[in-house]
Amino acid sequence: MIRDTVRMDTIAGRLAPNQKALRGVTDVAYHQKIHRVRPLAGFFLVGGLGALLLAIPIGVLLWRGVDAGFAGYLANPSVIDAARLSISTSVISLLVTLLLGTPLAYVLARWSFRHKAAVETVIDLPIVLPPMVAGIGLLLAFGRNGLFGAPLHALGIHLPFTTAAVIFAQAFVSAPLYIRAARLGFAAVRPDLIEAAYTDGATELEIFRHVMLPLAGRSMLNGLILSWARAFGEFGATIIFAGNLQGFTQTMPLVIFNGFETNLGVALSISLLLIVISALILLALRTIEKNTSLNV
Amino acid sequence: MKNYQTVLVALLLTVILVTACSPIPAVQAPAALTPAPVAPATNVTLKVFAPSSMTDAAKELASAFEAANPGVKLAIEIGHSPTQRLQLTQGATGDVFMTASQKDMDDAIADKSVAAGAAKVFATNQLVVVMPPQNPAKIQKLEDLANTGVRLLVAVVDTPIGKVTLTSLDKMDKQFGAGFKDKVTANIVSNEAGVKPIVSKLQLGEADAGIVFVTDAVAAPALKTVSIPPELNVISQLNVAPLAAALHPEHAAAFTAFVASTDGQASLKKWGFMPGKP
Repeated sequence: MIRDTVRMDTIAGRLAPNQKALRGVTDVAYHQKIHRVRPLAGFFLVGGLGALLLAIPIGVLLWRGVDAGFAGYLANPSVIDAARLSISTSVISLLVTLLLGTPLAYVLARWSFRHKAAVETVIDLPIVLPPMVAGIGLLLAFGRNGLFGAPLHALGIHLPFTTAAVIFAQAFVSAPLYIRAARLGFAAVRPDLIEAAYTDGATELEIFRHVMLPLAGRSMLNGLILSWARAFGEFGATIIFAGNLQGFTQTMPLVIFNGFETNLGVALSISLLLIVISALILLALRTIEKNTSLNV
Repeated sequence: MKNYQTVLVALLLTVILVTACSPIPAVQAPAALTPAPVAPATNVTLKVFAPSSMTDAAKELASAFEAANPGVKLAIEIGHSPTQRLQLTQGATGDVFMTASQKDMDDAIADKSVAAGAAKVFATNQLVVVMPPQNPAKIQKLEDLANTGVRLLVAVVDTPIGKVTLTSLDKMDKQFGAGFKDKVTANIVSNEAGVKPIVSKLQLGEADAGIVFVTDAVAAPALKTVSIPPELNVISQLNVAPLAAALHPEHAAAFTAFVASTDGQASLKKWGFMPGKP
């Protein structure tokens, strides 16, 4: 199923020039093109308004952040601790995502099994769930009195209010983004390439290493970057499952939340920092997407 | 092709944005649900900003006030007093402001959100130590908070409850000595966003102890408590005032008076509030 939809995408990409040619040929299509001019102006007007509504808060944040003395607050110990913690936890959560998510994405992309749709829905769920819900779920599952609280305690592991819980929360909400992208990447590999590898006597593992990984690499990287951005901005699940303690569990979004109540300057400065980092992440993503489409 | 896609995406985002915005006026919805009024002027929704320690008490005050004033509905917005004060300066509109502490009201008066002299202390609150029903760290007295390995939850220092918690810990430090405050501070596993998350996490048994308002302990009877003696406690003075730019000034004044009335005080007492000093 998935393989089919992805193949459709690539086919659509190849069909595009033909469609353009077709449109040019018939008079009807030509007239449609003329008639489209007026509605398009409306689209631009409303669309422009939408873009403006989205851009204004970001612009104001940048301006007020600079105005509040952005650079001065960066030396604030809570800001330094939070930046260090955010970077380290999000990188570790990314590694966890990569290690656990890749085999999962591969299984989902290559083989079908019973209740696969249900499995995929559950895996995708954290993407749309309010992060607070994710946090409560984590607490009820892995908290001291949670479902696995007793066995974890027997192993001497206590998750809530630890840096490990921050990583847990980040991986929980962000991994589905990577799994989804990697799954689509694997599924987009042309079946004839896999068959050709089989014919040449390649084992499943060799196919994974030498055919699937290189061809799905861009999609995986794409998913990883998105996933990292999500982990970096994680707030709701973190404050519920991991708590809020400077240097241990207080990530950058948590400092913003605290800062909003007293030190608006700190909140604005970190907001600015987060916007810049997120923009860089998205820029990297666009660059990768551009290169990918050239490759198709 | 490309332009189409760009425009469509922008349109979609506009739709999302507009739908995302719409819940805000929905605060008025209860009034709209009641049968069409003969005289619409009597149908008033009074918006009250209240601190989270007032969550249950405010509901009770609201229903009593609504019963006594037909046609008036109360919309109570629970939040941190400092946040609400900031929201009021940034254009939030409403009728009555209830604060968790004197300082928050003084700040609101300095902002001119509340007229000078309009505020009054309507109740006081104090601190208590709460533990999960199982009391896993076996805390029996205040000194036990300094025991190694106790997982303690306090409110973030920026909140009114966080400030008084710190003051109270300072007092205990002076009395108990032996680095009491340092030990307790080392036991803090999280600075929670307010009293309610502390209560919830303790009800789940995820931490060993927390410091909250007495009223929060009353609202969560399953939790065990260790009381803090008056000389180590801090009294928080809750203030109420009609907003200077109240949308319904008469009703706002009436509700403010009701809170201080005998009936209002009786409701507050039920939730553990102590009377405000006259």
